[in-house]
Amino acid sequence: MKRATLGKLPGILALAAAGGARRASASGWDLINMPRGVTNVSTRIYALHMMAFWVCVGIAVVVFGVMIWSLIFHRRSRGAVPDVTMTHSTKVEIVWTIVPVVILVSMALPAARLLVRINNNTDPQLSIRVTGFQWGWYYHYVGTHVSFVSKLSASSNAARQLDSGISPTSVPHYLLSVDHKLVVPVGEKIRLLITSVDVIHSWWVPDLGVKKAAIPGFINQASFTIAPNKPGVYRGQCAELCGRDHAFMPIVVRAVSPAQFAAWIAQRSARQTEAVTGPAAAGATRT
Amino acid sequence: MAESHLSAAHAEHDHKPYGWRRWVFATNHKDIGTMYLILSGIMFFIGGSAAMVIRAQLFKSGMELVDPAVFNSLTTMHGLIMIFGAIMPAWVGLANWMIPMQIGAPDMALPRLNNLSFWILPFAFTLMLASFFVPGSAIAGGWTMYPPLMQQFGDSFPMMIFAIHLMGISSILGAINIIVTIMNLRAPGMSLLRMPLFVWTWLITAYLLIAVMPVLAGAMTMQLTDHFFGTSFFNAAGGGDPVLFLHVFWFFGHPEVYILILPAFGIISEIIPSFARKPLFGYEAMVYATASIAFLSFIVWGHHMFTVGMPVAAQLFFMLSTMLIAVPTGVKVFNWVATMWRGSMSFEPPMLFAIAFVFLFTVGGLSGLMLSLVPSDYQYHGTYFVVAHFHYVLVPGAVFAIFAGIYYWLPKWSGHMYDMRLAKWHFWLSVIFVNVLFFPMHFLGLAGMPRRIADYAPQFTDWNMVASIGGFVFGASQLLLPYIVWKCVRSGKPVEANSPWDGARGLEWELPSPAPYHSWEFPPTEAVLAHADKH
Repeated sequence: MKRATLGKLPGILALAAAGGARRASASGWDLINMPRGVTNVSTRIYALHMMAFWVCVGIAVVVFGVMIWSLIFHRRSRGAVPDVTMTHSTKVEIVWTIVPVVILVSMALPAARLLVRINNNTDPQLSIRVTGFQWGWYYHYVGTHVSFVSKLSASSNAARQLDSGISPTSVPHYLLSVDHKLVVPVGEKIRLLITSVDVIHSWWVPDLGVKKAAIPGFINQASFTIAPNKPGVYRGQCAELCGRDHAFMPIVVRAVSPAQFAAWIAQRSARQTEAVTGPAAAGATRT
Repeated sequence: MAESHLSAAHAEHDHKPYGWRRWVFATNHKDIGTMYLILSGIMFFIGGSAAMVIRAQLFKSGMELVDPAVFNSLTTMHGLIMIFGAIMPAWVGLANWMIPMQIGAPDMALPRLNNLSFWILPFAFTLMLASFFVPGSAIAGGWTMYPPLMQQFGDSFPMMIFAIHLMGISSILGAINIIVTIMNLRAPGMSLLRMPLFVWTWLITAYLLIAVMPVLAGAMTMQLTDHFFGTSFFNAAGGGDPVLFLHVFWFFGHPEVYILILPAFGIISEIIPSFARKPLFGYEAMVYATASIAFLSFIVWGHHMFTVGMPVAAQLFFMLSTMLIAVPTGVKVFNWVATMWRGSMSFEPPMLFAIAFVFLFTVGGLSGLMLSLVPSDYQYHGTYFVVAHFHYVLVPGAVFAIFAGIYYWLPKWSGHMYDMRLAKWHFWLSVIFVNVLFFPMHFLGLAGMPRRIADYAPQFTDWNMVASIGGFVFGASQLLLPYIVWKCVRSGKPVEANSPWDGARGLEWELPSPAPYHSWEFPPTEAVLAHADKH
């Protein structure tokens, strides 16, 4: 037992230390830890996550340390004699009740502060209606005529068929690419109004730090601001089991400068005379 | 002293029926316990087979083995089978075997009810497993069965609901029996605060079962009427509320996970003192911690649904109440460690599994603490991080505790000693590969892999392969357990003494091995009780 847990510990610590120093893209670190992300929300979540992780490592080191010491030195084969009078100690028991409470409070305070901050959805500069359906997403930029359906890209869709014979590695961003990306400006507060027309879905992009359930009959809100120096493409997936093709309804967000965004939305508005027929066109969102 | 009542002549007056009648009309707590354990073992391997297909499908990126709909059925059924078919019946089986022996009773208080609560189960599981073979195959909406998705399945939908109703009735009857037995059949002198912790944890578990199984039954019945009788409890189009189901389900679901783990706390609290040759540290604190955990389990359900859009105040409440659980759970872990401290430990298979339990359950507990922080949970929710967390508390947690209990009490049940060397092989293969299987799932979840997906992006391949290899070896090594038990029962070396473990204490070790058919036909005297308390 010791061997199994201890064997992992140095590796984890080494990886954690390496990652703490720098975060190279597409390194091993990216494949074992939460992304720091590119929004005001995601970077704070990452910091909270790492704080909680190190607290847990600290607790584990103390508890497992005492246990391992005991396993080595208090064994019969070394002639240890049991101390049968040791049945309880009120003093010790009070200490190991109070100390965890103190640790918990010190974790709960920053978490609560961040929670309140994340759930502040007021004063957005842009609102986008996000509607989940089996199996894809429908986006509508509130206040414009721009709306479209976003589904798994054709190349991924061909490769993901059972026994397609197409290697996933030959497909760019297999299962994480869509036909129409959601385009958003960096540096602006964006609010998502999330709902669904059939079953419960969940809109999740790890780099944005946003995950919110899309529930029929409800409109959920989530907001984020992408750092101005972080334009790019951010990928995520549906995070709530929603039927057969749950694995095949990715989310791709392209973050561009406000100027590029303005140009894009103007171009899309001009083109979008006939509304794209998405499920939301059927007027399924309520409340 | 006890032996004088159990002469060979007396043993002939068992009045036990022979042949199939012994099992079908069983009223003896040991026979019923055995049937529960065998059923649990069968379901463990069926549920495990589903897991093997899941791990094979996820071995690498790309769809190669089963259709996504089949994959979803397998993940759903794996969860339901393991929870309701493998772990819960194993606990009831162990309770049946051990509670009468541990409190100085001849049998369970309500033997015919005991027969009924067992024999409902084969029908329930037949219904459940048969749903694989109806048009549209088994339900595929996850073991949590959220509507509206759950409403989309065919004939398997009512079959599963009726199976759950049957299992619920069985659990409630079993729980009533256990409470009545503990409250009424304790030997004179066996006060509540003298009971072994396995009895204590089961008493509290039984109350949890009675409290929450009807809640699940109610939620499932509401789904049934939504589907067949035009109600709209959870149907938004009819003015209903899908989130209501989540609230009701998790009001059942969180106490349910403690139903799965509290008896494990009891077993571990019996085994560690036995092999550390030292009384359990903080017995009363253990009892109160168990009761606190049970109480808190009713007010934390919201932490399963932080991303559904609850008000901030509700999220805060559920975060704080969830974090609070770490306090009594921590007390338990500290008490186990303190019991080992300055003991004289030896490492027989029950102790090995118990030590692994303390280490790995703590790992699962710590990831649980991380999950309780709502902002971080926004990223963890619905990912493999959660899968890693609950498998750490359920596999090296609940399942290892069941193994520990079997290896601890099997000599008492059968009167034979099992093959220690093989049992140690079983332990080392299990403990190494359970980590190879589940530890990488933390990485996958943090790196962004959602749970319950039939196929994944190529960057997740490496850790999935590691997990799958761990899964295959872990799965295969479990075949050792039925072989070890079978070999022990058939040809194990007879155990001469009442107890094969020199440090074990408790009333069960005052009985001969194998234990007589009607455990304590005469209640143990105070002298026997006092002897059972001592090391």
